[in-house]
Amino acid sequence: MPSLTLEATGIPEEVEAGDPTNRRVELMLGALASAVLLFIAGMIIFTLIKAWPSFANNGLAWFGAGGNVDQQLSDIFNSPADPADYVYELRAWPLIWSTILISGLSVVFATFIAVFSSIFIVHFAPTALQKLIEPVVKYLAAVPSVVYGLIGILVIVPWINNNLITEQMRASVAYVIQLDGSSVMAATMILTVMILPIMIALIVDSLRAVPLNWREGALALGVNKWRAVRTVSVRAIRPAIVAAAVLATARALGEAIMLAMVAGSIGFAPNPFDGILFLFEPSRPLAPSILDGEEGLSVVPFGETMYAFGFILIVSCVFFSFSGWAIRQSLSRYGIGAR
Amino acid sequence: MISGAGKKRTRRVRKPRKKGAKGVWSIGDRIGLGIAWITGIFLCVVAFSVTIYLAVKGISYINLDVLTSRPEAGVEQSETGGFLDPMIGTVLLTVLGTAIAAPIGVGIAIWLTEYGRPASLARFVEAGVEMLVGAPSIALAIFGLLIFQTSFMAPFSFTAEGGAVFGRSFFAAGAIMSLIALPFVVGGTREALNSIPKHVREASFALGKDQASTIRRVLLPASRAGIATGTTLGMAQIIGETAVVVVLLGASLQLAPEGAIPVLDIFKGTGSTLTSYVYINSPAGEGKAPEKAYAAAFVLLLIVIALNVMVNQITKRGQHKWG
Amino acid sequence: MGIETTDDERGLSEAGVPPVRRIVVDGETPPVRVAHRIGNGASPGLDEPFAVEQDFEAVWVEERMRIESLGVRFGQKEAVKDVSLQVNSGEVLALIGPSGCGKTTLLRSLNKLVDLTPTAIRSGRILLDDEDTAYMDDTLLRKKVGMLFQQPNPFPMTIFDNVAYGLRERGSKRPGKKALEPIVVDALERAGLWDEVSDNLNHPALSLSGGQQQRLCIARSLAVRPEVLLLDEPCSALDPISTAIIEDTIVNLKDEIAIVIVTHNLQQAERIADKVAFMYLGDLVEYGPATQVFNAPMAERTKDYVRGDFG
Ligand SMILES: Nc1ncnc2c1ncn2[C@@H]1O[C@H](COP(=O)(O)OP(=O)(O)OP(=O)(O)O)[C@@H](O)[C@H]1O
Ligand SMILES: [Mg+2]
Repeated sequence: MPSLTLEATGIPEEVEAGDPTNRRVELMLGALASAVLLFIAGMIIFTLIKAWPSFANNGLAWFGAGGNVDQQLSDIFNSPADPADYVYELRAWPLIWSTILISGLSVVFATFIAVFSSIFIVHFAPTALQKLIEPVVKYLAAVPSVVYGLIGILVIVPWINNNLITEQMRASVAYVIQLDGSSVMAATMILTVMILPIMIALIVDSLRAVPLNWREGALALGVNKWRAVRTVSVRAIRPAIVAAAVLATARALGEAIMLAMVAGSIGFAPNPFDGILFLFEPSRPLAPSILDGEEGLSVVPFGETMYAFGFILIVSCVFFSFSGWAIRQSLSRYGIGAR
Repeated sequence: MISGAGKKRTRRVRKPRKKGAKGVWSIGDRIGLGIAWITGIFLCVVAFSVTIYLAVKGISYINLDVLTSRPEAGVEQSETGGFLDPMIGTVLLTVLGTAIAAPIGVGIAIWLTEYGRPASLARFVEAGVEMLVGAPSIALAIFGLLIFQTSFMAPFSFTAEGGAVFGRSFFAAGAIMSLIALPFVVGGTREALNSIPKHVREASFALGKDQASTIRRVLLPASRAGIATGTTLGMAQIIGETAVVVVLLGASLQLAPEGAIPVLDIFKGTGSTLTSYVYINSPAGEGKAPEKAYAAAFVLLLIVIALNVMVNQITKRGQHKWG
Repeated sequence: MGIETTDDERGLSEAGVPPVRRIVVDGETPPVRVAHRIGNGASPGLDEPFAVEQDFEAVWVEERMRIESLGVRFGQKEAVKDVSLQVNSGEVLALIGPSGCGKTTLLRSLNKLVDLTPTAIRSGRILLDDEDTAYMDDTLLRKKVGMLFQQPNPFPMTIFDNVAYGLRERGSKRPGKKALEPIVVDALERAGLWDEVSDNLNHPALSLSGGQQQRLCIARSLAVRPEVLLLDEPCSALDPISTAIIEDTIVNLKDEIAIVIVTHNLQQAERIADKVAFMYLGDLVEYGPATQVFNAPMAERTKDYVRGDFG
């Protein structure tokens, strides 16, 4: 009796488990994994279905500019109860522009800082400092965004309001908006800090993966260490830097809570051509717009408008995450990818 | 030649900085290196100032009272109570979210590393997990609302007397939170599984174990540390998440159980967490009690630090040396 | 008999490279060494009498680097123990010895590359033209002392950019492509690679074969006109033909550049070396002219190793 012998030797009975179990496990886990894909597809599709009336009623003008977006949103919110009279008119450009402006500026600054600080961490920091910075970066990544937002709204925003905004500036835009410190600048500053850690983690990983060979080759030619790192290592990991920036963009686009706290909840499109003043102007990106409108989700046309914002966000974030992932995949084929 | 080792004076050769260095380090190089130093130190300064600022503010407002009393509606700061309920809410949500995310995440990671057939599907799943990381939590939250508002999901959600399903409950928030934690569990587990060398698997197969039992008896125990790291990181994400809470738990600061079955009623009801408490009490919310927001934020920060330390400990202790 | 500065022919002296001193005597017979002045490193004045047989090309042999009781430790592990050696221009010095005896470590000490290893602790002195390298700037030292690695390590750039790299990135001014081109071509020619790559200078260097890559690395080193060239088993990954080409290149270079080569290939050492140093477990066991070390080794260990009795 095989089972007897098995018991006698103390080998667990799973040894007997034949192919069918294994096959079943594989199928089960495979289904679980595929569920992730189904979920993402479902999320995109159902959000789009829910958002469709908003897009359909506005056409491409949805993305354009025109009128006061906050007024439009409030009209949608106050739609008559009869579905035939629902108001949908929306020109979302100020929100989209605010999203692009704040995320774009943050990613630019964060890329710059992340590249330099990664070089510092990997190649130039004294060992003691290096041992300090790495946990610091992890810690910065773990600080909840509401904490950043709280510091933003209670420290940075008042500081900008008291120290950087002059009376002259206030007066020059008084007929359009009020400057109170909630601004593109506050949002960009904090968002930069928030997306830095993820970028640094990726760039540090790929800098570490650059073959020592190459740097030694450069050093042996009498090139100083900074140049060697810049012209060989950083050059070699350019795709990783792009991947990091792209992934950070996805993060920045999706940040809602901190931006709701510091960007200034006004549907306004700051114009960089107005000069430096645009930095001090308030605006409201898409993600915090949803958060702000969260209580009106049950008002049908308003809810559909919010889902339209959500759809735009999901699609762009999924696009950026996927691109970042794809770039990193192609990198790891050459052995200098992150991971 | 070999003898006389005792006579030799050994000195560590230090890099002489000044002599002849000019011309080798151009202005641009010096500026670049300077910026690198500044950015590196900038990171430390930011981290320390955030921590110290919140510590100073937080400690001055924190006391046993705020930690043990429930939030109250009040106009004056002193009348708004404490954040006992939000702390309980954070714990509930974290437990629920991780309880869902951990098994699913481990399963997905196992499938990706150990099976992964067909390869193209595996790559898509990998990309999908990556997309979950990037998916905006606010979009996940309103999608969650969409699901839990259906009458099909009514047993899991706060419902009004007339039968309207609000789609808000700890269940709903926990389910969406699990998606936020999921990629971290998958990442941690995959890393651990990948670091197990092939020969360990082969040895197990050689003993007559099939793949399923190899995974259960050999691979999973060996990747405990990785799973724990991933789960802890996922927990940290859940604890820090605000948008999902605001949308899926609503704005009531107190726990509001729903239904008649004990324990389950809490999950079916709504409430708040530390993050939503901070948000609602900050000037961005109703702004009733910024001092208490500081105190709660400090507690949050302490939790984050504790989790970070935990992750470090787990990785340090769990580092398996494969021969 | 006259003195030529070969740099002028190539128009390179503006690049700040010191002229190569070479005494040329008319005649076609192969070069023969006539003057050995090893020791204090002072080069003789031109009016100093010295023995030159007519009809022969004479190459200056003078000390460029001196290693004085060098010791290198990695933590507790002593990789090089109390080694003293000279490196002369005009000759090839071969470092031989069994694996792990510290040859690479010794070589990397000469251009202070070993200092990149955090655990490395160096003792003793290394002099370049009587100047202690410990007090020289690393980059200035490495400009003069070039190095070639065991594994070819061209940068992930084009062939041209690889060779031009050292000249472009070593100072504040980045010379233009026009100014670099003759130097790049010259370096590729001297490395024996020009004929093979002249048409595709803009191809990625990593697409070259291993032997070509190694010669590209030689060209890359030569382009910055080093005065000493360190080669760490440059042919270990190469086929016999590439090896022969590189050996030719080395022999052609030696009257301008002091060359130190690490090799496991004793035939190779015999073919190209003028001096041989045999190391064993971090100790310098024997150092002398190649003919002597190979034909009449003094130490027992050397004898075993050279005869091939070694494990
Ligand atoms: N970075 C390092 N850390 C610790 N020990 C090292 C390091 N580099 C070399 N060693 C040790 O120093 C000794 C000499 O190494 P080295 O590379 O110089 O030998 P080698 O003569 O070049 O050998 P091979 O012929 O195999 O290249 C070896 O025992 C090696 O283990
Ligand atoms: Mg070696």
